[in-house]
This record gives sequence, structure tokens and C-alpha cells, in this order.
Amino acid sequence: MATYILKRFLQLIPVFLGATLLVYFLVFSLPGDPIVALFGDKPVNEAVAAKLRAQYHLDQPFWIQYLLYLKSIFTFDLGQDFSGRPIAAVLGEVFPVTARLAIMALIFEAVFGIIFGLIAGLRKGKLFDATVLVASLIVIGIPIFVLGFLLQFTIGVQLGWAKPTVSSAATVQDLILPAIVLGLGSFAYVLRLTRTSVIENMNADYVRTATAKGLSRFRVVRVHILRNSLIPVITFLGADLGSLMGGAIVTEGIFNVPGVGNRLYRAVLSGEGPTVVSIVTVLVLIYCLSNLLVDLLYAWLDPRIRYDS
Amino acid sequence: MNTPVEIREEGTAAVRPLLEIRDLAITFKTGGGDVNAVRNAHLTVMPGETVAIVGESGSGKSTTALAAIGLLPTNGRVSGGQILFDGEDISNAGEKRMIELRGNSIGMVPQDPMSNLNPVWKIGQQVRETLKANGLPDGPDDVAKVLSQAGLPDAARRAKQYPHEFSGGMRQRALIAIGLSCQPRLLIADEPTSALDVTVQRQILDHLDKMTTELGTAVLLITHDLGLAAERADKVVVMYRGQVVESGPSLELLRNPQHPYTQRLVSSAPSLASRRIQVAKEQGVESEDLLAPAEEGLVEAAKPDEVLKIENLRKVFKLRSGLGRSTDFTAVDDVSFSVKRGTTTAIVGESGSGKSTVAQMVLNLLQPTSGKIVFDGVDTSTLNAKEIFAFRRRVQPIFQDPYGSLDPMYNIFRTIEEPLRTHKIGTKASREKKVRELLDQVALPQSTMQRYPNELSGGQRQRVAIARALALDPEVIICDEAVSALDVLVQAQVLNLLADLQSRLGLTYLFITHDLAVVRQIADHVCVMEKGKLVETGSTDDVFDAPQMEYTKALLNAIPGAKLMLPPDVA
Amino acid sequence: MPAPRHIEHFVADFSETPLQATDKVKEDQAPLSLWAEAWRNLRKQPLFLISAFLILVVVAVSLFPGLFSGIDPTSEACQLANSDGGPTGGHPLGFTQQGCDVYARVIYGTRSSVTVGLFTTIGVLVIGGIMGALAGYYGGWVDAVLARINDIFFALPLILGAIVVMQLPMFRSNRTAWTLVLILMAFGWPQIARITRGAVIEVRNADFVTAARSLGVSKFGALMRHVMPNSLAPIIVVATISLGTFIVAESTLSFLGIGLPPSVMSWGNDIQAAQASLRSNPMPLLYPAIALSITVLSFIMLGDALRDALDPKARKR
Repeated sequence: MATYILKRFLQLIPVFLGATLLVYFLVFSLPGDPIVALFGDKPVNEAVAAKLRAQYHLDQPFWIQYLLYLKSIFTFDLGQDFSGRPIAAVLGEVFPVTARLAIMALIFEAVFGIIFGLIAGLRKGKLFDATVLVASLIVIGIPIFVLGFLLQFTIGVQLGWAKPTVSSAATVQDLILPAIVLGLGSFAYVLRLTRTSVIENMNADYVRTATAKGLSRFRVVRVHILRNSLIPVITFLGADLGSLMGGAIVTEGIFNVPGVGNRLYRAVLSGEGPTVVSIVTVLVLIYCLSNLLVDLLYAWLDPRIRYDS
Repeated sequence: MNTPVEIREEGTAAVRPLLEIRDLAITFKTGGGDVNAVRNAHLTVMPGETVAIVGESGSGKSTTALAAIGLLPTNGRVSGGQILFDGEDISNAGEKRMIELRGNSIGMVPQDPMSNLNPVWKIGQQVRETLKANGLPDGPDDVAKVLSQAGLPDAARRAKQYPHEFSGGMRQRALIAIGLSCQPRLLIADEPTSALDVTVQRQILDHLDKMTTELGTAVLLITHDLGLAAERADKVVVMYRGQVVESGPSLELLRNPQHPYTQRLVSSAPSLASRRIQVAKEQGVESEDLLAPAEEGLVEAAKPDEVLKIENLRKVFKLRSGLGRSTDFTAVDDVSFSVKRGTTTAIVGESGSGKSTVAQMVLNLLQPTSGKIVFDGVDTSTLNAKEIFAFRRRVQPIFQDPYGSLDPMYNIFRTIEEPLRTHKIGTKASREKKVRELLDQVALPQSTMQRYPNELSGGQRQRVAIARALALDPEVIICDEAVSALDVLVQAQVLNLLADLQSRLGLTYLFITHDLAVVRQIADHVCVMEKGKLVETGSTDDVFDAPQMEYTKALLNAIPGAKLMLPPDVA
Repeated sequence: MPAPRHIEHFVADFSETPLQATDKVKEDQAPLSLWAEAWRNLRKQPLFLISAFLILVVVAVSLFPGLFSGIDPTSEACQLANSDGGPTGGHPLGFTQQGCDVYARVIYGTRSSVTVGLFTTIGVLVIGGIMGALAGYYGGWVDAVLARINDIFFALPLILGAIVVMQLPMFRSNRTAWTLVLILMAFGWPQIARITRGAVIEVRNADFVTAARSLGVSKFGALMRHVMPNSLAPIIVVATISLGTFIVAESTLSFLGIGLPPSVMSWGNDIQAAQASLRSNPMPLLYPAIALSITVLSFIMLGDALRDALDPKARKR
């Protein structure tokens, strides 16, 4: 078990280094001066530009730049954004908001996805199953920004059930609608995954044997079908946390949520390369950690993994 | 025809049958309409009696038994007749009533121990929930007791382990423990050992016998092996294409089969056939009359050179265990034997004995760690790419899984033509002629050429695989469990075909198998392997008559029907 | 010894279950390859028929938009007098804020979505297919290296990666459908590679591959002749669904203002433009959104239908 976790952890290190290196390389080493780009249409102030170049060690060779950059990540000394605020402070402001949003979305998709998926799977081929399957395809098919506008317009503007935009405090209540929009795609996926998994397990030999033991239908479903079906679903959910945080750009834009995606988007539009790199790096880190979480969950859920050293 | 049987036992009143199936019909709903899987089935199981249902796959034997415990697949239903359990018709009983009956009145031991235990729960928990659901005491001691009664050593500790920590035999013991834990009056045992190694099979069946006798449990045993059925059951019911074609006392049925299907089965079942040969030999009958016709061809061939010579063969695999470490696993350890041209040599062993690894090395698909394989006087490890290509023409394999050995995307013509095209033999027209000839040789209609593997049965695919192997006119054919996955009659048919081809073409076979019964029928020489080592080798007659090693004796004893006393002319 | 008792010896009437020849080849049906069988299953699926029809319409619209709308949808032809106008004769869907005909813009916007989706898919199939096949088939260090590269790309989701790259000076000033295809390809190939690798690994140890090798077929020959054809089904399914995903990615990037330049007609750009007047006139946003959703949905439905028809687990054995 310990070896397994250690192995998975060690495998994440090259992923983290590789991904940050890739992003760093793209932003700072491809043709085009990111510092000049910072000024946009305004005339370039050479003194400020030189100061910024020194700050990002752009006067050094690429490898040194990257290593110094790594060091700055782990010391939380990420430099300043265009308006002069420390990037670390900016991140500290926006990440909790996005984390709240992503966790709410995750809870939404897990609860409803698993319940609907289980019922659909147990009633394979019946009306409920067919309806839910088509509905989930439609949800997967509609792009998130279309869904966002649709729900914002109907529920937020026309029906007035929820606020169409989010206040700067981004309370849980504010975030309900954005969280549903953010989680809808994954909800449909969780539903389908649960359904497939339930159907597969219903036909498993050990479920028939469990029935033959004289267990009640409820116990067979809960202990043998649902428990086994949750293994792939929960591992998906773990990995999805990282994707939700990284994928919140559109949702946050529509609902004006003061989170990571919104800040990243503004940085992209104003060409703030350093801020972009910092935010992406943190997102990659979250992705790596949520993958490690998945591995832990997997080992916890499936005893076959625990002993596979 | 279907009158209830009057049974009187030592002067007591008439005993009611525990299970009586009358005119049972089972229908499956499929994409292509309703299919009648079982028609007019009838059988009777008296309290404490063991009744076996014998049949090939698709005969309806498992379906009939599953109906008796209300476990038909969701698309199947009882469409006619009655299933009387202790006088109560349960053929259409509600789920609630069936849950009451399952476990403590009707138990089940399923077929495949690898897939019938839930991998995420401890063995003990899976026993415990059975006891609990049937209202029995379910403390740790009770669980351990149930497990140890099924012959699981160190049961209290074992109960805390997960299924993947158990071997196949141990899992089957756990499943038997579960099936019998609530002391049911009827146990349905669906091929309870067919997925296990032969020696383990015997132990498990013996133990099951002992337990059911002690508990007075009636057993409905489902099996494809007539020899095993006759050995274990008081009464045998033969099913064919969804119907009961014959039933009666076991020995009576073997000695005097009436229905043509039963007669065919009696003459083909490998366990019986091998037993027959053995009995005949012991009674001084010349075995040649009973053996495959290959023997005659052998005498004619009279070219006893050693086409294949294996010397001190070793194969060590590196098993990765965690971070960069690895342990050595010796799959094949110092194996030497030789194969004479035109004969059949069988390598026998249980799973993990290394027999298939030997086959892979002989086929030059795997490099030996040390040792030599000499084919026709040449050490195969010294061959260069071009020589290996030439070697491939002369040595061909036939594999076990008839579903995996043909490319599903290729039609039969392309499949059999592939070797010819690969070796650039002949023109398009001459290749087509050759394919037609090969299909004739393996007794498949020429129209099969246009078909795809998914349209053929297991036996037919195996015959296509034989045709493909023969396309290059090889000298040696390696059969890796080539008939193990086939139904009894189809198996006999393929074995006959192989024997026939050997006598006509002078082929040499290296026959890898776990089934000694098959060996008796086809092989001239036997090599017995255990855990990578060759433990015994000799002519088939010698090994069967006077096995030297304990392990060989155990294997021989494990052939079902070994205890049956059959006259050589039962068929 | 059990108490001796009579057990009846029953024999069924021979004529009731006549004996058949053992293992006879069925010759009454026409031969059927796996693809032919899949096609027969597909034809019966409403999901497939609907999605195939919709895709044909979308492709036709993107190839010949002039056949579906006679109105010039470019900004130069729009008249501000029509700004936010409702449906009128000849203009069934009304006008945008710029006074452009919504229907015509929806029709003419189809091409960029289909182009980006189709060519990105072809690109990722080539790159991901080759990478995945080599990694899965040869294993060893090739696999190890490719697996790590794959993991790295997985850490950067498609949209996130594309955003980072599109904001770079060299791409920002050079935004065309082709740069978009290139960037989506760069971040989209790992998924196909992963699927291909898995499919190849499942097939590479099949007995028919070993049989081909022992017939003298070379290792690479066996990959091309036996392993790849048998790995295609899941790759086709995922590629079909990916096509939908890439169309979404294009419109999302355009919507965010870093995809196709505003001068190029695309649904994403139109949605972005209509966003400002969402509350007063939601229609210019709704129609391109509907067109986009239907297109994406068709590809996802087609993928789903293909999965059902090609699923190896559902194949009869």
C-alpha cells in the first residue's frame, strides 16, 4: 500500500515538472516579447521593461530562468501583476472562490449523477432509463457557455429564482446557479458512468451468487451492485475536481464570479504572461494533487490495488 | 411417460420428492424473437439424493437448474410446466418467497470461483451476510466454523482476507461454505469444479460429497462430463437441445444407453474413453483396436528419427515487484525430452506447470534462458531471420481459445490463405485451390470460405485453425490445449480429425494439455510437468499402467470415472 | 449404501429430439463480416439515423452555404437601421445589433466550426493514432516515455492549454482557422493516443496475432494487418465524439475572444457579439447557440450509436 502510494507520488513529479516547463517555455521562449506585449498599445517604457525582465530573470539562460521560477513557486514569491499587486496575494483571493464553486459543482454532480445513474441502470431499457440517457446526451452536447446563458437568462433573469450574477463576496447562495452550470457536463458523465457500471455489475457472477444466498434485493443492490459500481465513479469524481477548477473560465465569465478563471481570462486578454504562468502552474499542481487523491481513493475502494505492490 | 415415481423406503410411507420438475418450458426473449431454451424437461430429486444433469453447452442444463432457484436471467422466464419444491410450485413464485427459500432451503455452488466472490469484500463478510440473511448466528466463530467445515485451513485468519488472496481451489471451498452454510435441503452445484485444476477438482468434489452426505443434502449436479456425473450421482439426466432425452440410474445409463445421443456421449466422453482403454488393457484386450487410427500410420511411418530434441531447457522470467526491484521466477526448469517423427507427445501439467512456456519456446516465440531446442538436427537459437522464416513453415501452432485464434476481421479464405501469401506460395488461383483442399481435409464445406469467424462455432473455428496450420505442409504441429475449450462431442470429433491427419500426412504432434483423459486417447508419449520441472516421462501405456511419481498418480486418480468399473464394451 | 430403490430409466421418443450432425456449419445465412453486422445494427438505431441526417445537413450547409441563404451576411452588408430588428419577411430570425441577418449568419458560420472540428480530428487521429499504436504495441521504454508525455498534456486541459497558447504574441497576431486547428491538435492528441494504446494492448496478445507471427508475419506486419484493424472500433467512437468536442472548443475560444478573429464568421463570435444585448434581444444569441448545440449533439449521438454497434463486449461470440 505504502509502496503503491509512493510510486504514484513519484510518477506525478515528472508530470508536474513537464507541464510547468511546457507552459513556461510557451510563454517565455517562443518568438514575441511577453514584456513588450504587457504594454499593449501603449509606448514601451524601457526602464519598466528592463525592471520586469530582471524580475522574471529573462536576461538569464532559459534553464536558469525555469529553475529560478520553480524556486519562486515553492517560496510563494511569485512577483507582481501588472497593477503592482503581489501575484501570491491575488491567487490567495481568487482560489478560495473557485475552490468553493468547484466543490459545490462536484457535490451536485456526484449526488444527482449517482442517484439517476443507479436508477437508470437498475431499470435498463425502461422509460426512465431511455429518457435519462437522451437527456444526458443533450446536456453533454450543449456547450457550457450556451447552457450558462440559457440558465442565466431563464432562471436568473426571467424567473428570478437566483441572482443572474455573483456578488464580490461569492457566497454559497450566490454560487448555486454557476455551480450547477459548471457541474452539468460532468453530471451527465457521472450518470452514464454509474449506469454502465451498474449494468455491468448486475450481470456479474458474484451478484447472482449473492442473490442465491438469500439476500434481500435491497442488500444485493446496496452491498454488491452499488458498492462495486462506485469504484470507477469515485475515481472519476476525484480527477474531476482538478478539471472543474481549470475549466471554470467560461462559467466564471458568464456569472462574473471573482475566481481563478476570471482572473486568468483578464490576464490573457491583457497579455500578462507572468500571471498566466503562475495561475496555470497552480492549476497543474491541483490537477496533480487531485490525481494523487484519486489513487488514494482507488486503493481505499478496491482491495486488489492495496496489495498490488 | 411422465408419471410420478412411487418410492417406498424401508416400509415407511411414500416419500415426497424434494424437487420435481414437470414439463418445464423456459423461454428467452432475444433480439430475434422468443427462443425456447428448455422444453418438456422433467426430473425428480428425492431428499438426500444426488442427481446429475449432463449435456453440452446450450443444452439447457444450467438454465433448468437456475430456474429451480429463481435465478433465470432477466430476459428468461418459465413459460410452462411446474417446479415443485417439497410439493410447492415455485415456478412463478414471487421474489419474496424465493428470497425465503434461497440460502436455507435451496443453496447454490456456482461454476467459476474467480468471478463468483465479490472482490471488494472480505471472505468472512460474504459468509456472514449469508448467515445473517437466513437468520442464523453470525459471529466470527460461526463464520470460521462454516469455512473450516468446507475444508479451509486456518479459517479464522482466512476469513479476514479478500478473494484475490485466495487460490482458485480455496475460493471454491469458500463458495461451497457459503452454499452449504445454512444447511439447505437442496444444493444446486453448477459445474462446481470445471474451472479448477484436475487434482484440486477431485479434492473439492470429495469434500462436497462428504459434507452433503453428512448433512443429508440433496444435490442437483450440473456437468458436461458423463464420467464425472456417473461417478458422483445416483441418477443421471441427459439433456440435449433443451430436452431431457434420457434419465436413469447412473451405471445403468452407462452400460445400456438407449437414446442415440446418450450412446454418442458414452462413446465420446474422454474420461470414459480413457477408462475404457485402460480397462481393456488390464483385461488383456489389445489396445490398438480401441485407440485412434493414428497408431497404424505410425507403424508404417517407421522413421523413428528425433525431429525435436529439447535439452536442459530453462526459462526465467523477471517479475517486477515495486520500485525497480525484480524477482526471478523460473517457469521452466531443466526440461529435456525428445519427440519422434510421426508420433504424438503430450506435455501434461496443471496451470503454472510451465507447459505452455515450453510450447512458446519450441515455436521460437520466446527465447530460452538456457538450454537447447534442436529441430531436425539444428539448434533453433542459432537461426538467423531468414532461417527462422523457413523454420516457421515447418512448425505450426494450434491454440486453445477458438474465439481468440482467428482474426475476427478476416474471412475464412483470407485466414487460411494468409500463410501461403506470407510465404509467397503459388498464384492467386492455386492458393484458392489449396484453401479448398484444406477445408476438405478438415471436413468443412467449401462455402465456409466466405464466412467470418463470428459465424462459426468453437469446434468449427478450431478446424479452421487446423487448416491454417496445415497450409504450409508443416512437419510438427504444436497443439496448445487445442481441444480444452470444446464440448465433449466436438472435442472427440477434433481429436479424431487430428489422428486422421496424422496418419495421412505423417505429422508430428506436441500436445500441451491438462487433461490426462485426452492424453490416453491421442498420445504415444507423455511428459508430466509440475512447477516448471519434468517429473515423469515415458510411453503413454507405461505412465498409465505404472506411474512412478506421486504427482502422476494423483493426476491419474483425478480423471473422473476412475473408480467406475466398466467393461471394455460399454459402448 | 443407500436404501435400494427403484429409479426409473426414462428414454425420450427418438423422433422428439432428432439427433443432429455434430457441429454442422449453418449454411442458410449469407456471410456477414463484423463491419457488415455493425452496419446492419446501426441502420436500425433511431439515434444513428437522426444524427447521420443532421450531420449530412450540417456538412451540406458548410460546403454550399449559398444554397441555403441568398443574403450576404458579412458586416459590410448589414444595415444599422435593422439593429436588433425582429423577424420580417425574408429575414425569419431577425437581425443582430449590427443589423445583420441572423439566419444568414448562422448558415455562413457553419463552415468554420466544421472545418476546425474536422481537420483537428484528422490531425489528432494521425498523431495520437501513431503514438498510441507504437506505445501500446512495442511497450518498454517507448511506452514509458510516451505515457509520461501523455500525462503532461493531460495536466493541461484542452481549453486551458489553448488559452495559454492563443494569448502568445506570435499566435495572437496570426489567428486563423489553421492556427486554431494546430493548437487544438497539440492539446487534443493525447486522448486519442490513450484510447489507441489501450485498444492495441487489448489486441496485441490475442492468439490470432501470435498465430500470424508463427506463420512468419513480421512484427510490424502483424501490427498493420491484424492489430490495427481490430483496434479501430473504439478509436472511431472516440474520434467521432472528439469532433464534437473540438467544435465546442473552437466556439468557446472564439466566444472568449481569442479564437477566430471577429472578421471570420463563426457561431462563437456571433454568440460573443450578441452577449452584450442578451437582455434586450436574446434571439441573435439563441440561434447560433442552437445551431452549435445541434451540430455538437449530432456528433456525440453518432459516437454513442457507433459505440453501441461496435462495442466488442456486445458482439456475439
